[in-house]
Amino acid sequence: MRAPLSWLAEYVELPKGATALEVAADLVKVGLEEEAVHGGGVTGPLVVARVLEFTPEKQKNGKTIRWCQVDVGEAEPRGIVCGAGNFFEGDLVVAVLPGAELPGGFKIAARKTYGHKSDGMICSALELGLGEDHDGIIRLTEWGFDEVKPGDDAIALLGLAEETVEVNVTPDRGYCFSLRGIAREYSHATGAAFTDPALIEVPAPAADGFEVELDDQAPINGVLGGDRFVARVVRGVDATASSPRWMQRRLEQAGMRPISLAVDVTNYVMLAVGHPLHAFDLDKLVAPIVVRRAVPGEQLTTLDDVKRKLDAEDLLVTDSPEGRGSRVLSLAGVMGGASSEVSAETTNLLVEAAHWDPITVARTMRRHKLSTEAGKRYERGVDTQLADVAAELTVRLLVEYGGPAVEVGPVTDVGVAAEGAVIEMAADFPARVVGLDYTREEVVSSLEQIGCEVSGSDVLTVKAPSWRPDLGVGVDLAEEVARLRGYDQIPSVLPVAPPGGGLTHGQRLRRSVARSLAEHGIVEVLTYPFMSGSVHDAFGLPKDDERRQALRLANPLSDEQPYMRTSLLATLVDAVKRNVSRGNTDLAVYEIGSVTRPNGTEAKAGHPQAGSRPSDAELEQLDQAIPHQPLRAAVVMTGQRELQGWNSAGRAADWSDALEAALLVARAAKIEPTVVKDPDHAPWHPGRCARLEIDGKLFGHAGELHPKVVAALGLPPRTVAAEVDLDVLIQASGGIVPAQPISTFPLAKEDVALVVKDEVQAQDVHAALVAGAGQLLESARLFDVYVQAPIEEGHKSLAFALRFRAPDRTLTAEETAAARDAAVAVAAERTGAVQRG
Amino acid sequence: MSTKDYDPKQVAVLSEEKLAEFVAQALAAFAAAGDLDELKQARLGHAGDRSPLALANREIGALPPAAKADAGKRVGKARGQVNKALATRQAELEAERDERVLIEESVDVTLPVDRRPAGARHPISTISERIADVFVAMGWEVAEGPEVEADWYNFDALNFGPDHPARQMQDTFFANPADSNLVLRTHTSPVQARTLLDREPPIYIVCPGKVFRTDELDATHTPVFHQIEGLAVDKGLTMANLRGTLDHFVSEMFGQGTVTRLRPNFFPFTEPSAELDLRCFVCEGKDANCRACKGTGWIEWGGCGMVNPNVLRNCGLDPEVYSGFAFGVGVERALMFRNGVEDMRDMVEGDVRFSLHYGMEA
Repeated sequence: MRAPLSWLAEYVELPKGATALEVAADLVKVGLEEEAVHGGGVTGPLVVARVLEFTPEKQKNGKTIRWCQVDVGEAEPRGIVCGAGNFFEGDLVVAVLPGAELPGGFKIAARKTYGHKSDGMICSALELGLGEDHDGIIRLTEWGFDEVKPGDDAIALLGLAEETVEVNVTPDRGYCFSLRGIAREYSHATGAAFTDPALIEVPAPAADGFEVELDDQAPINGVLGGDRFVARVVRGVDATASSPRWMQRRLEQAGMRPISLAVDVTNYVMLAVGHPLHAFDLDKLVAPIVVRRAVPGEQLTTLDDVKRKLDAEDLLVTDSPEGRGSRVLSLAGVMGGASSEVSAETTNLLVEAAHWDPITVARTMRRHKLSTEAGKRYERGVDTQLADVAAELTVRLLVEYGGPAVEVGPVTDVGVAAEGAVIEMAADFPARVVGLDYTREEVVSSLEQIGCEVSGSDVLTVKAPSWRPDLGVGVDLAEEVARLRGYDQIPSVLPVAPPGGGLTHGQRLRRSVARSLAEHGIVEVLTYPFMSGSVHDAFGLPKDDERRQALRLANPLSDEQPYMRTSLLATLVDAVKRNVSRGNTDLAVYEIGSVTRPNGTEAKAGHPQAGSRPSDAELEQLDQAIPHQPLRAAVVMTGQRELQGWNSAGRAADWSDALEAALLVARAAKIEPTVVKDPDHAPWHPGRCARLEIDGKLFGHAGELHPKVVAALGLPPRTVAAEVDLDVLIQASGGIVPAQPISTFPLAKEDVALVVKDEVQAQDVHAALVAGAGQLLESARLFDVYVQAPIEEGHKSLAFALRFRAPDRTLTAEETAAARDAAVAVAAERTGAVQRG
Repeated sequence: MSTKDYDPKQVAVLSEEKLAEFVAQALAAFAAAGDLDELKQARLGHAGDRSPLALANREIGALPPAAKADAGKRVGKARGQVNKALATRQAELEAERDERVLIEESVDVTLPVDRRPAGARHPISTISERIADVFVAMGWEVAEGPEVEADWYNFDALNFGPDHPARQMQDTFFANPADSNLVLRTHTSPVQARTLLDREPPIYIVCPGKVFRTDELDATHTPVFHQIEGLAVDKGLTMANLRGTLDHFVSEMFGQGTVTRLRPNFFPFTEPSAELDLRCFVCEGKDANCRACKGTGWIEWGGCGMVNPNVLRNCGLDPEVYSGFAFGVGVERALMFRNGVEDMRDMVEGDVRFSLHYGMEA
């Protein structure tokens, strides 16, 4: 909401010379946050000037300019080049002279143009920030300025120094969509005297007013869509009369465009007191006006020329050309229809000032995706007792500016709108909420200041003012007291929480994993979880792959990425591409985040009734509506994993780096997953993909990406990746780790080389050795794989270092050898391993 | 006849003079040895099996018993002198060698040690953790919830009725189909509702996490960002407790003496509600043209207030018994004015240089 300071000053006393910034600083204390400051920005010299004479000169570019001699109140006239043609010799105009600055930082200097030295500029309204008009220069007599002379300061004359403060109005403060509301708040913030522009005499309703019927047969939540309708008839308005310049200026300052007298006046009153109005062309109406809900199939072409199908819940203002309520005039409180619009020929008007239900208006706006100035005020709640005042203010302005023939007809005022809520509240309640001992007197005076009527002693009975539909219960009043007394008065008292349990196992583990990956030389990045549908084609996923079952957004930011990711890799690969394209080619990145895995069996989330705890069944249904969202970690590496340098030949990232990263994640929880080859899991290379399991549950996959995937995604060749499920890890870990005594007896070493067929997996041989070696084995580690001669084709030799130790004695050579032989025997039995001599 | 006095011939090499000569030769050879190899040669020549002293020693066997002792003593003394000299020289030369080796083995310690590229955490993560730690240190706990959330938890439970204008204000991402009634949570507040439904007061929790609004990405907006919210519900909590908590939090995050301001605002789930402002870090309120605070002297960090009684009721708690406060702040914004990040795009594009700059802590 924009409040021109000069307008604001009519309703509340502003300090002399107050700037918009100062006013904004006061308003913010009571909760009206500054959005922007407009206006100002013009520095002189900007003066009234008289065009003494001019010579039209045709230019090569086809334009005709005027070489003018202009009296600016100096001894000698100045020569100024002007491109406009809408003025005559002798006209009073506005000239800006060298040294001045116009809105937008436009600095004026004497300059050579069209063969003359132009010693300034004659201004249009647009150039001065006074509106859109750039068809010609300002002729001051047209603007109503006759009593001025050359040399007069035009900045003061045109109000160009005037500033407008724009504040953000929160949804609970609908009344601040008006100068009246902002002025009242300014008064609350500063104590300055407030003059309510709505305190006027209003003529009484008459029996012979234009007939209006309120006939809402389908109130929403039992609340009538329209509970009061004031109609005023004004005849004989001069169709050619326009609104006065000062009003147009205020509308412009407030961000609205002047249109016609009738429209401008209704907008002006709405801005002034916050009550929307609508003006109909009276001659197009057939009584009675009926307010009713729409009938399915009805249509209305609204003022914005959109033909709208109406919904049975839409509240309408209709008239009765072919029976009662037969023609739709407007969407009540939102927008009028084209058929009854005020036109350039309109002389007889019907002014509507009605009170509409916020929810009815909100739903209509939402349904028709139509947000209007009137609608946004009704949606937030308009003063329930102001319809007659707003209508009267409108009528008075029409009478004043509508020409000599204006006649005012009888007043229609039907229906009764509810007054402000009556709230019982203990006088010390605000103190208990805020933690500051407000006295009863402070509480009462604060509430009275905002317009409440207060009675009672220990328990107060508070009647909220009609413009505050947001005040309904005690805490609402507590906020008002705290706000008016000042939030800066609230003391700072740190509460003592009961002792807590610290982070959970899952939270600690997540941190360990993150830190462990980072310390392993992998960089954490965060990506948006929005995914395209095509990434899964690039991944080469089968048509029925679970990862294709994604949650789709109804309103994605980009139609290219309408899905929530079902894997971290789906979005992490984009970050990889971006990095590589920016030259970060030796890359190792990870992300920890959740993915969304709907399985198609989710329930529809319900809307348990507000006001009490939902039933267990309702909560259960809500739970079942939420798709599974496991926490994952994913790693992608490309380029050199070890950088080439003086101490290293360099080493490209390969499948084993991805696997190592996946294992690292598990090891943060001291868990060693089972690793098996997975020849069929896109997007990985079928020969270089490891499947990891923990306690038989899938933990994740790691390895090199499929060459086709790499090509399809435009990733560097041999990009490797891993993705694992942290929820699985969290569930599998977290117990107390039992101690293991450290034996100080000597270590016995035995190395064995076992020849197996190529397809035998190292982990199976390892597991067999461990199983066979018995209790004495401390560790078994594969330290070499050899495939050349003399190893037979199709075979490989795996060399293991076996380490034995007993807890209670030094092992004999015989014991060690026996354990080694037992290990080899089991390996032979399970894997066909043959020990090399 | 006693053999004791029998001395058929004098053995020249065992004479005092000869032995002294051998010793002198050995000592000279050892001294002349310039390194351990030369010393080894000298040892073989002068202290080895075929050295003059060794050979002389063999002659003792042929001496009459009476002479053996004397000769043995003489030779032993000579060999003792030689061995001692040898050991001394050996030690000297070894020390010299050891010293030389250390010199020869010296390296250029300024060579880069960057074989393994560095890793890093994302500062959004580390700041979120740091914030959580401030509260965990006070006995609060960390609660979490889903990012794809039922709109009931995101709105209705928090007193955003279906027709509340604020529900539109939130720029919500909705899930398809519409009747699934799921949204991407617009704040971490649904976790508050979940916690209130789940536990009995006293409740003191913080909820960090990702949230979503339909803003296009630019220097100061991102559709996906991070919040951390706090919720305390207990008997007798007041707005003064809210302020006390925020003051402690802010001073832990931004340093003692950081000035805060509570400014009236509106949120459906709190009443009274306030905006938490921090004194501008750039101009401290002294520059009317400051770009950081647009001349207001204050930087907005988040919203807060006393939990609306309707929220407590919706979660089955009696507002006559319990009261509470809640607050929520943006992690990205904290990073912007705490660390001076100017462009939000840097945080979200996944460029490793951004994270690497901060290392393991921001």
